[in-house]
Amino acid sequence: MTLKLSYQLMNADEVRGTLDRLADQIVTANSGRQVVLLGIQRRGVPMAQRMAEHIGAKSGHQPPIGLLDINLYRDDLTKVATQPVVRRTEIPPDIDDKDVILVDDVLYTGRTIGAALRALIDFGRTRTIQLAVFVDRGHREIPVEANFIGKKIATKDNEVVEVRLEEIDGEDAIFVMEKT
Amino acid sequence: MKRKDLLGIQELERNEILEILDTAETLQEISSRPIKKVPTLRGKTVINLFFEASTRTRTSFEIAGKRLSADVINITASSSSVSKGETLIDTAKTLDAMAADCVVIRHNSSGAPHTIARMTRARVVNGGDGAHEHPTQALLDALTIRQRKGRLDGLKVAIVGDIAHSRVARSNAHLLTKFESHVWLCSAPTLMPVGGEDLVACNKEFLHRTHSMEEALNGADVIMMLRVQFERMDESFFPSIREYFRYYGLTTERVARAKPDAIIMHPGPLNRGVEIATDVADGPYSVILDQVAAGVAVRMAILFLMLGGQSS
Repeated sequence: MTLKLSYQLMNADEVRGTLDRLADQIVTANSGRQVVLLGIQRRGVPMAQRMAEHIGAKSGHQPPIGLLDINLYRDDLTKVATQPVVRRTEIPPDIDDKDVILVDDVLYTGRTIGAALRALIDFGRTRTIQLAVFVDRGHREIPVEANFIGKKIATKDNEVVEVRLEEIDGEDAIFVMEKT
Repeated sequence: MKRKDLLGIQELERNEILEILDTAETLQEISSRPIKKVPTLRGKTVINLFFEASTRTRTSFEIAGKRLSADVINITASSSSVSKGETLIDTAKTLDAMAADCVVIRHNSSGAPHTIARMTRARVVNGGDGAHEHPTQALLDALTIRQRKGRLDGLKVAIVGDIAHSRVARSNAHLLTKFESHVWLCSAPTLMPVGGEDLVACNKEFLHRTHSMEEALNGADVIMMLRVQFERMDESFFPSIREYFRYYGLTTERVARAKPDAIIMHPGPLNRGVEIATDVADGPYSVILDQVAAGVAVRMAILFLMLGGQSS
């Protein structure tokens, strides 16, 4: 299987602008509450970091962030072809009664978020759990919806949405690729 | 993990060792959660088959399995059909027929886990076989060393004590010389393996032997003390415990020969006043309890890599 570029969805400026807008929306929707940004490994982590910095720069108060690896909570672990690399999980110590925003790059089948919810419930009882994603590409297999969406697009099953971020990939951009 | 079984360190490649250590490091966090459990290995069965006494290895595997939600069953030789004369192979086949996913075995005969591994579909982990290997101990020691020293290469490691009867010494010598650390095996002449053929496969340039504790400890980064294994001795290997302690016991004065930031390790259980003085065992250089904590993480990593997901 090889990937062929279909089109570019966002350039670097659009990526950064979208992240700032998502952060602003989160603040507006949660004014007066204690928000924790929880990035899902891997690309949700730099997204959460940047949004927290944006909120900090604007309001003077930077919300705490955490990292969450969902591989230990996957329901398809015995079926996946290659064994996943388990990355770090670091949840701020007291998330009880906080408003936790899960941050991920692409919302697709919803199963990653399903696993993230199972994981998060083991860490405590939050006031709310909300979801912020860069791209919602449809094709849900379980009933999961995002509260904050950078861009919603229609995709084909054989397409792949590739979010590239400076911290991991050396550039900010989003591409839609086609499997051939 | 590509191989079916984990039987020894000798046959492992460096990248396989690092995969286990890296995974263990990420799984360590689970043990500090308020709810110390993830659902990863739900529905998997791990059987601890122990033909020899053990507290920490068996408990550690049991906790590791339970923290990953596997069902863990303990079988000890005295309470099983082994005491009715069942052979090792029949026991193994029986467990396999019950669809165990993983069998952890400890046996006083070298090679017993290898025999079982050939007879079963279940994945087999060597929990210590005779005086041959104890791979999970070497891996947890390596994790402890890496977390304290920041690396596994270029260190001087003194392994002192009952080398002849020690599977811990063998597994550690294999592992540390693979990473090009210098390993000094030190013991009384009667407790040093005569031929040492099984150690020949080690990277010989990095393996040294001495009967002088001073030589072994000079400038050491890591001091690993071994338990005197009275239960494996059918004759007298040294005149008295007092004499043994005088020549090979780890005391504060002897620790001073090692590097100022040296760490002191012991696989346990301790014979206080035989191979190690109490004030040293409980002292600031001692990482003995860190080893126990690392043991749970390493065994979680092994069970996860063996049972969680298929390897490509």
